[in-house]
Parts: sequence; structure tokens; C-alpha cells
Amino acid sequence: MSGSLAGTLRHDSTRARSGTSPGWLSRIRWGGLLVGAVWLALAAVTLHLPEDGDFPYTTDFAIGTALIGGLLAVALPLSASLGRFGGRLSDRGPWLAVLGLGLIVWELVTAKFALLPMPFFPPPQAIVEVFFEDWPKLGGSTVNSLVLLAGGYLIGAGIGFVLGIAIGWSRSVGYWAHPVLRLVGPLPATAWLPIAFFVFPSSWSASTFLVALATGFPVTVLTWSGVAGANKAYYDVARTLGASQTFLIRKVAIPAALPHVFVGLFMGLGGSFAVLVVAEMLGVKSGLGWYLQWAQGWAAYANMYAALIVMALMCSGLITVLFRLRDRLLAWQKGLVQW
Amino acid sequence: MVGVLARPHGPEAATATGARLTVVDVSHAFDLRGARLPVLEHVDLAVAPGEFVALLGPSGCGKSTLLRLIAGLEPPDSGTLTVDGSPIIGPDPSRLLVFQDPTLYPWRTVRGNVALGLEARGLLKAQGARIDEALRLVGLADFADAYPHQLSGGMAQRTAVARALVNEPRLLLLDEPLGKLDALTRLAMQGELVRLWQKKGFSALLVTHDVEEALVLAARVIVLSDRPSRIRAEIVNEAPYPRHRDDPNLVRLRREVLEILGHVA
Repeated sequence: MSGSLAGTLRHDSTRARSGTSPGWLSRIRWGGLLVGAVWLALAAVTLHLPEDGDFPYTTDFAIGTALIGGLLAVALPLSASLGRFGGRLSDRGPWLAVLGLGLIVWELVTAKFALLPMPFFPPPQAIVEVFFEDWPKLGGSTVNSLVLLAGGYLIGAGIGFVLGIAIGWSRSVGYWAHPVLRLVGPLPATAWLPIAFFVFPSSWSASTFLVALATGFPVTVLTWSGVAGANKAYYDVARTLGASQTFLIRKVAIPAALPHVFVGLFMGLGGSFAVLVVAEMLGVKSGLGWYLQWAQGWAAYANMYAALIVMALMCSGLITVLFRLRDRLLAWQKGLVQW
Repeated sequence: MVGVLARPHGPEAATATGARLTVVDVSHAFDLRGARLPVLEHVDLAVAPGEFVALLGPSGCGKSTLLRLIAGLEPPDSGTLTVDGSPIIGPDPSRLLVFQDPTLYPWRTVRGNVALGLEARGLLKAQGARIDEALRLVGLADFADAYPHQLSGGMAQRTAVARALVNEPRLLLLDEPLGKLDALTRLAMQGELVRLWQKKGFSALLVTHDVEEALVLAARVIVLSDRPSRIRAEIVNEAPYPRHRDDPNLVRLRREVLEILGHVA
């Protein structure tokens, strides 16, 4: 009988990937060389046009972009024979071309023709300079931010998860926790900042508390709604099959709530970034938020942009990690958003 | 949440001989915003060990409620329910329900769904081999690692049946299990249910509003009235299995049942 059933097993249609290039690069003859040429042009513009100002890293930046241009000009036409890496590279080809063009425009309107007012809009080589000259401080700030964020986020997510399940599961916990959650939860975590900084013994513990608060609220509410919204028949089935209360929570309530939990973790992560930066700007004496504030105080605008780039990479990277984790745990779900 | 009552499951509970079910003078009502809505009134019912009985009645007449009471998911307002002489005081893996909706756990594979009962009772290591046996029995051995969203309606319902059978229930409660399937799958699965019942020897209580299905599957068809449900008639069909729906005797019985239900053909 199973043979005849084979035809009825539905196959998932391949997921639509959001990052697929329209494919015009491969259709243009010498398209790969063109991308390389854009980066070589960037190197030429940087090196040969006279500069309005003093930028010690102009030559290094030009050499770097020329190297990138040369590599792209070689690798892109050969991408078909470079396996998975080649596929991803040619997929990114149009983006790399536009990125190179954008850098040329940036180079021209700042260092070369000074169309934008100088200290506020540094050229790309000034930002490269920051990465090379100030990396110990920038790197240290990133590590401090990550440690502070990780501590607060894990505490907040853990408490939120347990509290959400308790509220969803137990009527009496729900009775006492719901009004408190309703009144205090929607308050932005940053509103607690002045109180937190004098109640807690250190600015570090105060910031951890604030990050945990910002994370905990969405995780609690969404875990709770996940548990409460689970199909009641799931519990009936498990109970007739002999499940204990612990089994019902561990093997029915939690997996059923997990898709909601991840929405909460995602929202909490976004909220925790905001609180982290504000807390670091106002009280903590380290971290990327502090670095931004410090750079502004010294009118070191290139440092500010460098810190913003690092911050963007950090936040995006953390969300990528969260989505990867979700894809692993929720592989049974259909139609997940590809990050 | 109603507390789950722990009960010893000795070897005698695991053997697949049919249970004797006795329902005496059971009445039950729903609470609808304070008002009591009676759904069952003075229902008496007996299922002999290994017997296949069908409950037939208009939709919303309380058939499913009766099955929930027998499964032990809710206590009745009044009356007594016993299995082999001992009162039903909670859910038990020897009395299993298969719903109209397969209610598979979407995060578990077919094998994981079938394993749930053994896992919940800590028998997975000792009796895990039964899972493959149950999957073979319903023809899903090749789909053990598929997720529910990859299954057709018939395969999902087969999985739900396997999830019940792996626990060797002594009484199988079927709440319109074929109600959502297409006509052809439905016919195939009626045949399969009879085959499984004959092979395993459990007692079966089927709720349906399909007259033909009741007559093809059950040895005894109990016709219920509109809400609140009372027993209106009882039709015994002694024809041997497998039965054919165009058998003149079955056609005559069908006409008889439809007349009782007030739909003269």
C-alpha cells in the first residue's frame, strides 16, 4: 500500500530566496570584468586626483581597492568553476558594482572636490584610518558592548521565557503577574535609566538590568500568547496517551509556543540594542555607545562613522545568529522568512 | 488543567483484548455564559469486549461529548461510566480517542508522533520496536521521517490511528475519524479500520453521521436523538465482514435508519 501512497506525499516547493540577483550580470558579456573595472577606477580616482586635505591612508586605500578590483576581475568571470563560493560571488556581483560606484561618488564629493563640509563628512580613507589606528579602542568597545548585551539579553530572555510559560500555564501566576505586566511592561526600558543608575551599585549592573528589562517584556508576552494559543486538542491527545504535567509543558506547551517565542526573542533583541546604546552613552564608561559619544566630543567624525559601521555589523550579525537558531529549531515550519 | 491520574500499567493493560464499557444513566450539560445547555440525557450504553458499535445522530447532538466522557477528559454531571467494572476517573492509554482532525504535533515527525504515548509513559526504550510495527500496520513505514505538513489528509489520519494503536488500547474511541477525508480515501480507510479491528481485537466505539459508514463498520448501530441526546433505536447488523454498501440487506437497513432519523428516502 505504501507504494501507492508515495505519489500523495506533498513536496515542499523550493523556498524563494530573497537575495537572488536578477541575473543580468551573467548575461552581459564581460560583466565580471566590468565589476572589477569599477573598483580599479575607484583606485585610480583615489590615487591620481589631487586631494583637498591631508589623509595619510589615501595610498593604502587605493592599493586595497585596486587589489579588490583585480581579484573581482579574475574571480567573477571564473565564478562558474569556483563552486559554492563562486555562485555566491556572482550572486553579489551587481551589489559589488554599485558599492564600488558609491565609493567613487563618496570619494569625489569628500576628499577630491570637498563638496560636503569636511570634518562632518570624512572620505572613506579616513574611516579606514580609524580601523587601522584606533582598532584597540574600537575593538575593546565592541567586546564590552557584546558582553554587556549578552549578559542582559540572556537574563531577560531566560526570565521572560519562564515567566511567559508560567503565566500561560498557571491561572494563579497569571492572576498576579498579568496586571503588573500590563502596567509596567509597555514602559520603555530607557525610562528606568535615571532610577537604575542610582539604585544599582554599578553602571554595568544597571545597564544589564535595563537590557534584561527591554528583552524580557516582549519575550514574556509572546511566550505567554504562544502557550495560551496552542491547540487545546494537543493537550487532550497527550493526556489520553498518559502524559504527566511536566511532559505536557516540556513536550507540548513549549514546542507549540516556540514560533511565538522566537518573535519575542527577535523583538527583544531589537529593543535591547536601543537600550544598550543609550545606557552606554549616558552612564557606562565603555562600549560602542560610549565610543560614539566620545568621538563626537572630540569632533572625531571619522571615528563615529567607523563605530556606526561596527555597530551595524554587530546587530545584523546577532540577528543572523538568532535566525539561524530559529531555522534549526523550527525546521518543521513552512514559509520561514529568510534573513 | 485537570490533573492527570497516574495508574499502574501492568502487562494485563498492554494486551490487546477488548474492554467492556458500561454507561449507565449518564446526563451532561454545557455551561454557556451561565445558562445550562443539556447535551446528554439518561444515556445507557454497553459495549461488549471486542464489539464494534457505532453512535449515529445529527451533528451537534452530543456524540462527541459522550466520547470525551468515556475517554476521561471530563467527568459527567451525573451517571456512571465503567470499564471492566472499574469507574472511569481520568484519561488512560487503554482508552484512546482518534479525532476528526488528526491533531498531529507539527513539530514531530510521523515517527515522533506515533512515539508520543510510549515516550510519555517512559516505555520508549523497552517497547520502541512497536512504533515501526504500528507504522507498517497503517502503511506508513516509508514516511516515518516526514513532517505532518508533508502528509495528505488520509496519511495524517493513518498516523493518528497508528499513534493510538501503538499503545495497544483496549477500547478505541473514533470521533468521526474519516469525516474530513475525500470520498475515495474514506472508502479505503473504512476497509482498513475493519481490518485493524479484526486483527487487534479491541472494542471500538465510532461516532459518525454517515449512515452507510456506521452500517458498513459496526455490528450494532445506536441512533441518537437531537440534543439533548437520548437513545432512539438500536440496529443490529450481523452480516459478515468485509461488507459491501450495495448489499440488499445493508440498503434495507440504511432506509430503516434514515426513517428513524426522519429523512424518508
